[in-house]
Amino acid sequence: MSSELFYQPITALAAALAEKKLTAVELTQAVIARTKATEPRIHAFNSHDEADALAQAAASDARRAAGQSLGALDGIPIALKDVIAVRNQPLTASSKMLANFVSPYDAGVTEKLRKAGAVLWGRLNCDEFAMGSSTENSAFGPTSNPWDTTRVPGGSSGGSSAALAAGSAIATLGSDTGGSIRQPAALCGVVGLKPTYGLVSRYGLIAFASSLDQIGPFARTVEDAAIVLGAIAGHDERDSTSFKTEIPDYRAALATNRGPWKLGIPKEYFAEGLDPEIAQAVEQAIAFYKAQGCEIREVSLPHTQYCLDTYYVIATAEASSNLARYDGIRYGHRAAGAKDVVDLYYQSRAEGFGAEVKRRIILGTYVLSSGYYDAYYLRAQKVRTLIRQDFLNAFKEVDALITPTSPVPAFKLGEKADPLALYLCDIYTIGVNLAGLPAISVPCGFTKSGLPIGTQIIGQPFRESSLLAIARAYEQAHSWSTKHPIL
Amino acid sequence: MNYEAVIGLEVHVQIKTQSKMFTRVAAGYGHEPNTLTDPVVLALPGALPVMNHAALDAIIKAGLLLGCEIAPVCKWDRKNYFYPDSPKNYQISQYDQPICLGGSVEIELPGAARNLMGEHKNIPLTRIHLEEDVGKLNHEDHDSLVDYNRAGTPLMEIVSDPAMHTADEAYAYLTSLRATMIYGGISDCDMEKGQLRCDANISIRPVGETKLGTKVELKNLNSISFVRDGIAHEIKRQIGLMERGGTIVQETRDYDGQTGTSQSLRSKEMAHDYRYFPDPDLMPVRVDEPWKARLRAECPELPFVKQRRFAEQYQLPYTLTSVLVWDRELADYFEETAQLAGPGKAQAAGNWIVNDLLRELTAANLTLATSRVRPAHIAGLVKLVEAGTIFTNAAKEVFIEMAATGDQPDVIAERKGLKAAPTDTNELEQWCRDAIAGNAKSAAEFRAGKEGAINALKGPVMKAAKGKANPKLVDETLRRLLAEA
Amino acid sequence: MANAPALDIDHVAKLARLALTPEEKAKYAQQLGDVLHHIAQLAKVDVSGVEPTAHATPIFNVWQEDVARPGLPVADALRNAPAQRDNMVIVPKVIE
Ligand SMILES: [Mg+2]
Ligand SMILES: [Zn+2]
Repeated sequence: MSSELFYQPITALAAALAEKKLTAVELTQAVIARTKATEPRIHAFNSHDEADALAQAAASDARRAAGQSLGALDGIPIALKDVIAVRNQPLTASSKMLANFVSPYDAGVTEKLRKAGAVLWGRLNCDEFAMGSSTENSAFGPTSNPWDTTRVPGGSSGGSSAALAAGSAIATLGSDTGGSIRQPAALCGVVGLKPTYGLVSRYGLIAFASSLDQIGPFARTVEDAAIVLGAIAGHDERDSTSFKTEIPDYRAALATNRGPWKLGIPKEYFAEGLDPEIAQAVEQAIAFYKAQGCEIREVSLPHTQYCLDTYYVIATAEASSNLARYDGIRYGHRAAGAKDVVDLYYQSRAEGFGAEVKRRIILGTYVLSSGYYDAYYLRAQKVRTLIRQDFLNAFKEVDALITPTSPVPAFKLGEKADPLALYLCDIYTIGVNLAGLPAISVPCGFTKSGLPIGTQIIGQPFRESSLLAIARAYEQAHSWSTKHPIL
Repeated sequence: MNYEAVIGLEVHVQIKTQSKMFTRVAAGYGHEPNTLTDPVVLALPGALPVMNHAALDAIIKAGLLLGCEIAPVCKWDRKNYFYPDSPKNYQISQYDQPICLGGSVEIELPGAARNLMGEHKNIPLTRIHLEEDVGKLNHEDHDSLVDYNRAGTPLMEIVSDPAMHTADEAYAYLTSLRATMIYGGISDCDMEKGQLRCDANISIRPVGETKLGTKVELKNLNSISFVRDGIAHEIKRQIGLMERGGTIVQETRDYDGQTGTSQSLRSKEMAHDYRYFPDPDLMPVRVDEPWKARLRAECPELPFVKQRRFAEQYQLPYTLTSVLVWDRELADYFEETAQLAGPGKAQAAGNWIVNDLLRELTAANLTLATSRVRPAHIAGLVKLVEAGTIFTNAAKEVFIEMAATGDQPDVIAERKGLKAAPTDTNELEQWCRDAIAGNAKSAAEFRAGKEGAINALKGPVMKAAKGKANPKLVDETLRRLLAEA
Repeated sequence: MANAPALDIDHVAKLARLALTPEEKAKYAQQLGDVLHHIAQLAKVDVSGVEPTAHATPIFNVWQEDVARPGLPVADALRNAPAQRDNMVIVPKVIE
């Protein structure tokens, strides 16, 4: 094994573990040591529990010694965004509101990772309640981009992308409501997959916008992403929006699904505002597919210009209601000295929530309020129908769509102070959530100043196998995933 | 000026289920505080709701029983408001697509006398929807304590049209609705346990006016009698206010059944803006014909329908049907008894049940289920009496012994020597002649038209017969002899 | 909607139970005004005859059978409660 264990993909580590060249405890120790070394500069974690992780690793080694290994993830340290419940561990959503909250239960994905033998390692920083695109909205301070620590890692799952890029975990989980997995993956040079809405259980995921939220993996390689997805996907009867569908062996499907594919290029995604270096990198990726014999076709998603508005109405409306439960009564931050229960709500929520969360709660409350519902929420839901229809129409012609993931590479911490400017970071990722589609961001190069660039591939509902195979074809012909930041 | 009251009722009925509306932790009453919770009930971060199939069955059944139109598709909405008994600070309810629309509740108004049937009416319903209950606040000296055990219990909200006009109608409506729910096995409707809760919207208007007046919402009507009293009180208050030249303000008032007074409540929300929107955590419900058919097959006959059938099929008088039909178990008990007793004996069976059995149950603090007296016992007793094997007086004794021992009536009659002796007509005729001769005054009175006087003659005959003479034969013989002379 | 009335920040903050400082009110009102101005372009979309999408993949009748399962032990249920007594959550006295 190379000295940099923490930069190895799951596939290599699983092989080493199986061949007894490595123990889960050694691997976990390496990840812990790496985390300790990088955290002062990166701050990807809100909390971690070394003793707990080492105990899980020891249990994994014992299983393997007894010939009862649970598979490719057994003994692999995986860290979770701090919006996913892990029993007896803190769950904060990077909010002062939940600074002292300890979850009494496991999320659906947490249970599944335990069943796969993964070593659950640490709660990862994010924008407060997953609201943001830079991880600067964390009550516990921002996360830095490992490629340039003066820059943001993207968001809201910035801790998930940064920890992976820094080698402080072998894979991570994030959540994606409007691009919160794919955009940070692009900005940190890792693979990020947002599954089809309903493929992965939301039970135990702190809700931001229920009809858009989806948990997905960050990984070093597409194959690793396929392995983690295989472990966390599948019906959960505790989530009414969870879909009953056969879960294929995504990893095995990579070998059989070889194309050539018909790929669509949505013209609206290559418009004004796109960084020229990113445009060029994505064009090269498209050229690669063409050279491989794929048919490349320009398609149109005519309602693209309405995605952002539709998203901000629906997401904030749902959020305003989802976040009403944080009231300082049963758990969470309770303001001192409230004169009555109404005052307790006002003060606890004023003290517990950060600026962006308050802004979105106000917007969401407004669009649902008496007299405005039809003009905003109902209308947005109808436009959402048209946006979804655009995608489904395009998929009559093509197997997948290729676009940039983010219009800009990692920007400077503190650079985007205006909320609207920050919202525009999500223009290429939001439509996917509104339409409930799967999409992946894969590294496709670097800017001249050395910042990672990602390309987004958008697939058809529940066709993750094909999406992963398309991404893998590109990845295998390029060496981006073997490059690591100098830390 | 003459005023007419307009009353609409909003009734919340807790549905009898094992688990809660949107999660599978147990639903229940009287448990230690906060022992019936889980992440969903407490609205912990990340918790998600999942519908209870049985609660849907229950409301559809309720809708079918009340003649509602069952919506082919309905959805869930969030009603957003902050209150410490509401863990999510929104209630999952149904806003613009309730599962049941229309329908009606048949009521019977008080008759001219207790034994006379009153007027029947159908009170139209607006809708019935399904939602979840909130937790319970316990108010102490300096603070309040929250118990979330009740939170999430399935709740049906049954909304009537503003179509009632008197407190008696509202009382009859609740009585009928409650019986229907209990009949359907939908709820136990125990008001003390909060399983049925009623709010009333009351307004008045000059007779002849069609526009509705300003409505006042009356809350905390926590017994059916309090509903009647509270509404009567509110109608009087509003009319008094109008007659004194006052104005009625739209408000919520709290009725205190103990003191018979009401007072205005401070508004819960500063502004009522519930910001309803479809709950994105739940999928819609589609109700197809097979589902409805399955539930229709489970629907019992409703009390008033049963009452009409009992009157026709068994020739029962109102005094019996009005008692028998309101308790499904009692009605079933009667029918079983009537079947066992055979044709023509249903009324006698009904009399035994209504007069003797119910009294016995109360006296011994028993229920139909725990009583030793089964339908076969009563049917047996009725047959013995009708056959003339035992007489009414003896039968009463047999009944008491049946209730005490559970033995069959013929066994008891045999054991206690209560069976009528085979009748020797000559001997009986002689006893009757002796009785007439010995009670000339009574005989004369009877002949003069005083019907009841005959009873004074029966005593001596029975005495002579040592109680074993057939009363029917005694009566006939006495009448014949009295007519002869 | 193109001329959406100014957002009444006091009213909305009340509905959302958020205490805001005068500075926050001014800032949010301005920022959200910009966002609402942007969102106003939704009015341009012809949505006549279009059904709203609540879920990207609508499914029906997702339920569980009515079987009670164990919930949280009281200690776990109240583990994060800011104030408790007699296994109940303490709140300032509620006057109904
Ligand atoms: Mg109501
Ligand atoms: Zn209600």
